[in-house]
Amino acid sequence: MNFYNEMYDANGGVRAHYQGYEAWLQATPAERIERKRAEADLAFHRVGITFAVYGEEAGKERLIPFDIIPRIIPSAEWKALQSGLRQRVRALNMFLDDIYHDQEILKAGKIPAEQVLNNAQYRPVMQGVDVPGGIYAHIAGVDVVRAGAGEFYVLEDNLRVPSGVSYMLEDRKMMMRLFPELFARYKVAPVQHYPDLLLEKLRAVAPQGVANPTVVVLTPGAYNSAYFEHSFLAQQMGVELVEGRDLFVKNETVYMRTTQGPQRVDVIYRRIDDDFLDPLAFRPDSALGVPGILKAYQAGNVTLANAIGTGVADDKSIYPYVPDMIRFYLGEEPKLNNVPTYMCRKPDDLAYVLAHLPELVVKEVHGAGGYGMLVGPASTKEQIEHFRQLLLAKPDGYIAQPTLALSNCPTFVEAGIAPRHLDLRPFVLSSGKCVNMVPGGLTRVALTEGSLVVNSSQGGGTKDTWVLED
Amino acid sequence: MLSRTADHLFWMARYMERAENLARLLDVTWQMSLVPQSEEAANQSWNAIIALNSLEDAYAAKYSAVNGENVLRFMVSDPDNFSSIHSCLRMARENAHAVRGTLTTEMWETLNSTWLEARSKPFEALFNAGIGDYFEWVKMRSSLTRGTTLGTLLQDEAYQFIRLGTLLERADNTARILDVKYHVLRPHGEEEEVATDFYQWGALLRSVSAFEVYRKVYRDVITPERVAELLILRSDMPRSLHFCLNGVIKNLDLIANSHSGETQRQAGLLHAQLHYGRIEDILAQGLHEWLTDFMDRIYLLGNGISKDFLVPMSEAA
Repeated sequence: MNFYNEMYDANGGVRAHYQGYEAWLQATPAERIERKRAEADLAFHRVGITFAVYGEEAGKERLIPFDIIPRIIPSAEWKALQSGLRQRVRALNMFLDDIYHDQEILKAGKIPAEQVLNNAQYRPVMQGVDVPGGIYAHIAGVDVVRAGAGEFYVLEDNLRVPSGVSYMLEDRKMMMRLFPELFARYKVAPVQHYPDLLLEKLRAVAPQGVANPTVVVLTPGAYNSAYFEHSFLAQQMGVELVEGRDLFVKNETVYMRTTQGPQRVDVIYRRIDDDFLDPLAFRPDSALGVPGILKAYQAGNVTLANAIGTGVADDKSIYPYVPDMIRFYLGEEPKLNNVPTYMCRKPDDLAYVLAHLPELVVKEVHGAGGYGMLVGPASTKEQIEHFRQLLLAKPDGYIAQPTLALSNCPTFVEAGIAPRHLDLRPFVLSSGKCVNMVPGGLTRVALTEGSLVVNSSQGGGTKDTWVLED
Repeated sequence: MLSRTADHLFWMARYMERAENLARLLDVTWQMSLVPQSEEAANQSWNAIIALNSLEDAYAAKYSAVNGENVLRFMVSDPDNFSSIHSCLRMARENAHAVRGTLTTEMWETLNSTWLEARSKPFEALFNAGIGDYFEWVKMRSSLTRGTTLGTLLQDEAYQFIRLGTLLERADNTARILDVKYHVLRPHGEEEEVATDFYQWGALLRSVSAFEVYRKVYRDVITPERVAELLILRSDMPRSLHFCLNGVIKNLDLIANSHSGETQRQAGLLHAQLHYGRIEDILAQGLHEWLTDFMDRIYLLGNGISKDFLVPMSEAA
């Protein structure tokens, strides 16, 4: 398989936007680079930028490896990507508003109704509920990869509680601290205003009539894998970081318990899944949620970001229909590619998938985080046979896609500098008519040679992402 | 401020202060044990530390003999002993972790790296390198934490709960150090004992950084009465009970809410006793009895603060 290399072209020449960096890298002594890498490691440890890994020793925290070779995106490429992301997220929000109201897209037969209405992520409690500005996915983390000759594909639309933005910000801070001279030489678009932008968006979707909204970040707690990010964002926005037990509902209004008595809460940036949000409405065993919060939400007395029920739009079984959504709601042709997807619930697709398992990627429809997937070309016979049984037992639980030749980028690994595969997660913020994002996003890199799985829980690392200004 | 956040800040500060004072107490005991004395007297000092924290059973379950090295191992590094310095630093860091967004970056980094470093120090290495160095290190880390707090944190409610935790803990701990040492060092006036007294009381004063202060204030020989006066009543001595209560009532006033009146009254009462008290009266009452009563009231004050501010209030639904 041939891979698109972000730094070098097919003939081994350095791409124009990497030339300055490449020359700098060649001219910088190896000892200095090594020293800087050690410095970065130490700093990340001291700052405690860690994430907890499920399934390992309880409460254990691990560093996400940080690579000092940046991923550079030229201005024109970013502009095209940004415009495609805006279009896509706009359509996804319109889709959510539609299916929780008049369901025009189902009536028009663009998506089979049972695919939506029988989906576990579809929330009947949201039917007919109006949300401020008609926005459901205020924060979307859209996973984009480059494949083939360098064209972008959307891999997943993460519309529930996408994470990783704190690494984007910390990576930039680290790069500026380690290599200030590079930033003097390159015009790198800044990203540090992300928390400001987020706060602005959250305030903009406050319930009607609230002039000066109280915004909070709701976290499952200090043992959650993304706790660092929750506390980081709350701190950067200057708002309270709350847990479910800090909140209570009275007269369909949400309050937090403070040292001065109850204080009303208007907007909740929640980093808890729908299922755990309200034990009275969803999972009764949830100790993380707030009893009665759904009623307060339905009454319009509090805004949740993201809204309840967004999972139906980023579900892998709905993903194949996103291009149709864009055509249906916006009357435009999609600017970003979807990956061709086989829906195993269709007998023909299933037959094809079973016959081609060694060359496909198979994913659980509701899976996330790189768990529960099969990368055919990188799997053993046993693993493939195991998935064959899973597919036969529950075909509608899976989709399959061709294995994309993900682009790669030179990366520091133990053996020196070697190409490793990567993706990009831009964070797309919506309120009312505006869709905004900071340039770039989080670049994740698979550190294992040949691996196409970039998730941090699967040993992935991150790189600073530079969008160059003209 | 969230009640839970205030709770974490309050306990973060208490655990850090407790670690520091424990280091001070162990340091002075260790130093005193180096002054020639009978084995019985030495063991009495180590026993007193175990008894002070009501750890007799937990200690007996692990060690057969009470001696300096065992007690130090138990009180410095034992992760199973929730009162050890190791555990205090861990709890300080865990409380900080739960509210790291409320802390400044410098504060969090200080608390986090203190714990990371403490965790990496096995007792044998500490003991062989001279345990005194370790106590110095703990004191420095506590000072650093206090310094970054003072130097970087907005002086709002968060700061006030941190100060409240620090000062309440310090009042309790100073009272404990004084109680245990005063008990061991019964005052006496026989001439041949003066030299021992000097070293013993000198070590106690040094443990609360009060040796030079004593010299400056009294310009006279060290006597137990004056040591007690300095550590209890002197309002400008940062580790005295009076100083601590000054800070407690000041910060309580700043965070007062609609149902904290009784707690404020209790704090004021205790403060008045120090503000208007005389050392002669306290000693006449019996220092041990007086200190025991004081520690009980500090304990109740902590409960009052917890009930009024930290434990989620009933919302009267």
